[in-house]
Amino acid sequence: MRLQFMLSEIWIGLRRNASIAVSVMLVTMVSVYLMGIAFLAQSQVDTLKGYWYDRIQVSIFMCGKNSPEPNCAGKAVTAEQRDALKTQLESMKPLVKNVYYETEQQAYDRFKDQYRNSSLSDYLELGDIPQSFRVQLSDPQKYDVIASAFEGAPGVGQVQDQQKTLEKLFSIIRVVTWGSLFLAALMVLCSVLLMATTIRQAAFSRRRETGIMKLVGASNFTIRLPFVLETVLAALAGTGLAVAGLWATTHFLTPKIAIVLPDAPLVGQSDIWYVAPWLAVFMLVIAVLTSWLTLRRYLRV
Amino acid sequence: MIRFENVSKVYPRSNRPALSDISLDVERGEFVFVVGASGSGKSTLLRLVLKEENVTQGTVLVAGQDVGRLPQRKVPRLRREIGTVFQDFRLLPNKTVHQNVAFALQVLGRSRHAIRQVVPETLEMVGLEGKEKRLPHELSGGEQQRVAIARAFVNKPPILLCDEPTGNLDPTTSLDIVRLLDRINRTGTTIVMATHDDDIVDQLRKRVVELDNGHVVRDENKGVYGGGR
Repeated sequence: MRLQFMLSEIWIGLRRNASIAVSVMLVTMVSVYLMGIAFLAQSQVDTLKGYWYDRIQVSIFMCGKNSPEPNCAGKAVTAEQRDALKTQLESMKPLVKNVYYETEQQAYDRFKDQYRNSSLSDYLELGDIPQSFRVQLSDPQKYDVIASAFEGAPGVGQVQDQQKTLEKLFSIIRVVTWGSLFLAALMVLCSVLLMATTIRQAAFSRRRETGIMKLVGASNFTIRLPFVLETVLAALAGTGLAVAGLWATTHFLTPKIAIVLPDAPLVGQSDIWYVAPWLAVFMLVIAVLTSWLTLRRYLRV
Repeated sequence: MIRFENVSKVYPRSNRPALSDISLDVERGEFVFVVGASGSGKSTLLRLVLKEENVTQGTVLVAGQDVGRLPQRKVPRLRREIGTVFQDFRLLPNKTVHQNVAFALQVLGRSRHAIRQVVPETLEMVGLEGKEKRLPHELSGGEQQRVAIARAFVNKPPILLCDEPTGNLDPTTSLDIVRLLDRINRTGTTIVMATHDDDIVDQLRKRVVELDNGHVVRDENKGVYGGGR
């Protein structure tokens, strides 16, 4: 009865305005997709931070026999120098959580294993990566303390902070996040304007129907509801497509990132299911608000 | 049923009032012709009853409600009490006769069961049985106006407003339409019909209210079009 009539009116309306309904759908799709990308990028940063701040290390590379650093002066570290460094590290205990010693052989094996699929490993020789102390800090931010204490110390070639490399990655992801958020905001604005135009046009092309509805005493709600529902349907269809797009993106992109960042936790499909309802609710609110406000203006009693 | 108390209406950007100081009382079940030249205020009078316009001064009472003070959200309820017929029929061109009439009930949320019962009854009453499946452009002008009347009356409103319903029709058809309105009137429906069709007014001998430049210049029972002139 009532519902069926409403649905058939909506169907007629959508069919009559098919091209513009599709354009609302597509614009919504792009804006939701970009928003989703921003959310995924941000949650990627968060998971990576949590994961890496536990594992982050400062590496103190000692001089090898081929080390180019001037501090080494072409000589490898001696056993006494190494022991002195070790003692100094142990004395910095609360800040220094753990110290691992890695020999040249271990470093060589690890590299060979990590890049086993790359031709890089073919050119590596034992001793190219010098022996090192891997220092885990209780507070990863206080890297400077370690750096200033050990840079230039006898037998030390280089002090390297992994966090610096990480920050570079994070800043790239941050650019992606803000960039896509900015574009998403623009696209949301576009979809709002497009929805408003669509409704204006639909209200005009159906002025006969709405005129008769007013005349026979249909409530404002009844007159406006089909317009609102049409917009909502188009917007939600767009959101659905965008979620599918996000799914496809993680599905095809994650394996590629996993090659570059082995065994780091990456965002996946579960993150999409977490964010999708919010995107849908957001678009729903936008569609309802936009259409209702437009109708208040262009469809008066 | 409809009562105008010292009603004036001035449209914005116009210095001449469309209606000035009109007082008028239409009883329940009456049939009233409102006559007068174009621009005399006939349509404005009907629009005030429907609250498509608001009065500038005075009071319009419809079925006991002060239309001027009625809040916007209650306007739909007022309009369910009033059926309206226009000179240009205002049918939906892509809906059949049946669908056009049913539309008025559907948008009020009536059940399918009720619609299936009431629409054929009403179509039979206006003399359109057998033409339910036609589209408006497949009908003659008179038949289209019958559809419009069926749509206005299908909800059984106590008041029927007709704004020059015969304006687009030939004399014979016009008379048929007015006879139909007369029959509806006899079911107890109050009818106010704006017209400048003198033949019809003279033949039916109903109450005639003549407007001229926004003033009531004549109000007589069993009147004729030309009146005292």
